[in-house]
Amino acid sequence: MAAAAEEAAGSGGGSPSSARRRLRIISGHLRGSPRAPEREALSPNPCKAQGGSAGPASGSIPRKRQELLKWNGWGYNDSKFIFNKKGQAEFTGKRYRLGGMVLPTFKEWIEKTFGASLEHKTTSRASLNVNDVPPSIVNEEFLQDLRATKISYSQDAEDRVFRAHGHCLHEIFVLREGMFKRIPDIVVWPVCHEDVVKIVELACKHNLCIIPFGGGTSVSSALECPEEEKRTIVSLDTSQMNRILWIDEKNLTACVEAGIVGQDLEKQLAESGFCTGHEPDSMEFSSLGGWVATRASGMKKNIYGNIEDLVIHIKMVTPRGIVEKNCQVPRMSTGPDIHHFIMGSEGTLGVVTEVTIKIRPVPEYQKYGSVVFPNFERGVACLREVAKQRCAPASIRLVDNAQFQFGHALKPQVASIFTSFLDGLKKFYITKFKGFDPNILCVATLLFEGDREKVLQHEKQVYDIATKFGGLAAGEDNGQRGYMLTFVIAYLRDLGLDYYVIGESFETSVPWDRVLDLCRNVKERIVRECKEKGVQFAPLSTCRVTQTYDAGACVYFYFAFNYRGISDPIHVYEQIERAAREEILANGGSLSHHHGVGKLRKRWMKESISDVGLGMLRSVKEYVDPNNIFGNKNLL
Amino acid sequence: MSKKRDEFEDILEERRLSSDLRYAMKCYTPVIYKGLSPCKPNAIKSAVLQSEQVQYVIKQLAKEMGESPDIIQEEATEILDEMGHSMQLGAVRFFAFTLSKIFKQLFQRVCVNEEGMQRLQHAIQEHPVVLLPSHRSYVDFLMLSYLLYTYDLALPVIAAGIDFLGMKIVGELLRRAGAFFMRRSFGGNRLYWAVFAEYVKTMLRSGYAPIEFFLEGTRSRTAKTLTPKFGLLSIVMEPFFKREVFDTYLVPISISYERILEESLYAYELLGVPKPKESTSGLLKARRILSDNFGTIHIYVGQPVSLRTLASGRINRCPYNLVPRHLPQKPSEDIQEFVSDVAYKMELLQIENMVLSPWVLVAAVLLQNLPAMDFELLIEKTLWLKGLTQTFGGFIEWPDNLCAKKAVVSGLTLHSNIARLVDGHVVLNDKGVEDGAVGEIVFKRALAILMCATYRNQLLNVFVRPSLVAVALQMTRSFRKEEVYSCFSFLRDVFSDEFIFFPGISLKDFEEGCFLLTKCDAIQTSQQEIYPTDKGSVIVSFLSTMFRPFVEGYQLIFRYLSKETKEVFTEKQFIPGVRNFVFQLLEKGNTQCYEALSSDMQKNALAALVQLGAVKKKKMSNGFTYNVNQEAVNKIMDMFDARIPVQKPVAARL
Repeated sequence: MAAAAEEAAGSGGGSPSSARRRLRIISGHLRGSPRAPEREALSPNPCKAQGGSAGPASGSIPRKRQELLKWNGWGYNDSKFIFNKKGQAEFTGKRYRLGGMVLPTFKEWIEKTFGASLEHKTTSRASLNVNDVPPSIVNEEFLQDLRATKISYSQDAEDRVFRAHGHCLHEIFVLREGMFKRIPDIVVWPVCHEDVVKIVELACKHNLCIIPFGGGTSVSSALECPEEEKRTIVSLDTSQMNRILWIDEKNLTACVEAGIVGQDLEKQLAESGFCTGHEPDSMEFSSLGGWVATRASGMKKNIYGNIEDLVIHIKMVTPRGIVEKNCQVPRMSTGPDIHHFIMGSEGTLGVVTEVTIKIRPVPEYQKYGSVVFPNFERGVACLREVAKQRCAPASIRLVDNAQFQFGHALKPQVASIFTSFLDGLKKFYITKFKGFDPNILCVATLLFEGDREKVLQHEKQVYDIATKFGGLAAGEDNGQRGYMLTFVIAYLRDLGLDYYVIGESFETSVPWDRVLDLCRNVKERIVRECKEKGVQFAPLSTCRVTQTYDAGACVYFYFAFNYRGISDPIHVYEQIERAAREEILANGGSLSHHHGVGKLRKRWMKESISDVGLGMLRSVKEYVDPNNIFGNKNLL
Repeated sequence: MSKKRDEFEDILEERRLSSDLRYAMKCYTPVIYKGLSPCKPNAIKSAVLQSEQVQYVIKQLAKEMGESPDIIQEEATEILDEMGHSMQLGAVRFFAFTLSKIFKQLFQRVCVNEEGMQRLQHAIQEHPVVLLPSHRSYVDFLMLSYLLYTYDLALPVIAAGIDFLGMKIVGELLRRAGAFFMRRSFGGNRLYWAVFAEYVKTMLRSGYAPIEFFLEGTRSRTAKTLTPKFGLLSIVMEPFFKREVFDTYLVPISISYERILEESLYAYELLGVPKPKESTSGLLKARRILSDNFGTIHIYVGQPVSLRTLASGRINRCPYNLVPRHLPQKPSEDIQEFVSDVAYKMELLQIENMVLSPWVLVAAVLLQNLPAMDFELLIEKTLWLKGLTQTFGGFIEWPDNLCAKKAVVSGLTLHSNIARLVDGHVVLNDKGVEDGAVGEIVFKRALAILMCATYRNQLLNVFVRPSLVAVALQMTRSFRKEEVYSCFSFLRDVFSDEFIFFPGISLKDFEEGCFLLTKCDAIQTSQQEIYPTDKGSVIVSFLSTMFRPFVEGYQLIFRYLSKETKEVFTEKQFIPGVRNFVFQLLEKGNTQCYEALSSDMQKNALAALVQLGAVKKKKMSNGFTYNVNQEAVNKIMDMFDARIPVQKPVAARL
């Protein structure tokens, strides 16, 4: 279920307009015809197809994930970075704006930043070795009962392996070079709420372990099977529960099955002129249920809110029964909100099956923007002021100098001499005329959304504030490229892995007054730890302030290094990541802003929420799931 | 035990060969902190005034006192003007020139470990640096600035006592050389504390300059390391605790003098002749010492210690995460304990790298052989002690492999005011002992002994662990390890203000003491027992004699407290009282323990009793008063006199 691990996972196009364009392209590529929206909107919610595979499959993600998606890396099979015959970097495929483009400066950047060389290559094995896969152990009585329900299932090795992991570095590494010790024994594909009820009942009857699976984009080890689990592990793949059950235009809500992935949700709502506006960077692949289970956050939360602001009603199937509310209201005072036991439960309590979510009319107009600041400190001060005045645009992000240069390296070959001349002029103006140091300056990227007139007004307000902090407007193009970086980063990791470069991202939230100290200290800690652990070349250690709130900000780090000469890179990587997390906590940052805890960050839970707090969560788990049917061992 | 230590370079050599003026006017482009954005001293002051920390306290006080914040702000500005340095290159060059002249006049050599300077150079660029020199003389004050100027490193800002400001011109000159001034006590003044702390932290956070202060708080009059003060240390550690800086380097620096400039002043002061107030005319009068020779100074810049490394795994981060960082917050108990541990650790590092001259050994031997000692025997014993000191890890600089005789003679020449050679015998230089009243004779003698003791004292912290084992062996007259340890532990508690012990590791100290004694074949140990070897009895008795002045001195002071004083008294009454008491005993010849006249020992003994709970210390409006529990003092005295056995360490804490 932990599928919403958004930013780390990266998303296509990043920004709404490009996202939509991207989605349109994607939809053209997909097999099967889209459902007629009228029928969907009108139908109440009887279970759709009875009897498995013949039925739905109209979502973007097929049951056989590997037909569309990489089995040992991120995203679509046809989309990846390569070095072409001329040795220049290029992004393949036609799904993204960057598709088919040559990136002339990228190779130099990667060599300079990591000391990597194209001559030193590692290769993943070409395909999964089915003989290595742990056997499926499923008791025959359960199989008989399952067949009787007509719910589709599979014991195929590939199906099981591809649901045994998320997208943490070590998981991808295992796919490329090793094998998981424990994987699900069987995969089931319910197509509706009732199917889930049946599966959970069977699991209770036969004492099985269920691990819900949504989009598979977790970056917290949430999907890994506990090695010591002796019971049969059932991977409950929600991907075929992907219908919009109804849209309520009067109240601006929609009831949606939890397995729908972000791109399908937005695409289908758009057909009626609506959107949710929830755009985690993983939205192409992550699912609504996953967002709920991990407390996801979207890029445009300033307008639409995070998942906890968007959700009106949740239906969840637990071993104890179904949990839901009696009405769909904006707020209620009935004791602690039970939704908050569910949001962030990371698949430990049950399966979210249906969610009523707020919708908004698709905005009329949107516009990118960017501002260059002489240094990171001024940039942070500006973001703080924007947050104080509560005038943050749909998205506002501040990248540090290293990330600015990173973004620059992904600049495609310019089409005309004129553009290149203009670029040169701009560069001259900023560095020579305004005296910004290109190795210190940093950039804020902006996305405005709404009525045309209001957007322009809003834009002026934000630029006026930026001017007070020494910021210079730097054009729409830079802004858009900034957002692009977010989605390509996940594809880039696969490229890095081919050249001895491993990397990952992590995030935190922190009060405003500590943002600068935290960013500086965590980056420095990473550099130091790398040195101590024998990493030969200084790592890439970079951050951005990626969300603003009244009381603080969300900070996002990228960290990557060249591991040539290190015998156990994953272990070294994990030690450094752990040190970085310690540093974050010591600097007053949170354990996670939106990636969640999973199994990766469990050790700090007690410190994060106190003994009593942990006990409160445990007692809920004990009541709801006394036999630990939902035994993924996340969180607690 | 004998660690690898760096080689020394004489920085005066270069000064004697080339122009001081050119040196003072040299192009000075110091190595600075990598994250530094350069600013003027005044910019720092205004940053401090406008800081949230100071503004918060101003608002609080305004509310409490019903005054306008402007008035309090005004007060803060005045405090800051009184406190703040105004470092100017001109003043630095002036000092570079005059100090070169003065140092060349006063000292034969000023030796520095260059590797230490190189380490310091790296440290200064990497993180904010705190310089923690030992404090034996006023010379310490500008010595590091002089050194850092010579090596092209960023000049430090130096915490100085406010009394310097009483000196005309000199105070202002020091200010321009980077000194900032702190009042001696300001515990109750919240505004002062806030301004001061913020001033120091602002300089530290921005990496403006290395911050230099003396952990000991004041010049040690006895040349023994004083127990550390924690206030300033906890201020400079706070930015790291709050993660306002990534790390902070603490650099222990040991400055040792072959002959201390203020040696006789100190002795007078210890005997109760008051310290002259710092004044410019006083300084000018003191210029006649310029014609004197004060030998060599050794400065050992220790390995910079990363505060982050020290703190790793020790500090609970919660308290700092749950309160806004600008609010004044009383440090938690763990933090206080940590600060104290760090302070002791730094002092122990200072001690470890403190250079000991041959004269220090001579003084130690001589004090055990008064009134006169055969010259040849003195040489023999000195050489013997050299070996022992090295076994115990002492850092002896024996000049140019001089033969023992020459080294001793050279020491005697340098210190001819303390001892001299008469007819093949070395005697203390207590001129005028033959004539004059008994009182005067005692005083003169005490003066000579205390001056001599100043040099022996430099050995004590190296010797204290094995010696207290030796003392314990003699006191218990038992070989049972457990009993010896109990006694050791008791002595360690009693002397906790006298010598530097890392808090709470009594057993480790005992084991180290035993280890060193075993290493020099003085004792043998088994699982249960400790006994001196045949040849070891010389060592054991030398060591216990070395510490006898302290044992006897404390006995006298305890006796005074138990019998001769009122139950309640103030510090002002205590010192003269006990001094008179000891003085009379000396006059009558009932004791030979001249060192009990030292006000330093008297204060330490009283502090020990307070810590052991036998004396209650109460803060009154006009200072502290003390309340003696005579029964408890008697009991400690009995244990100390070995009339009753020391109970288990825990039980010994009455």
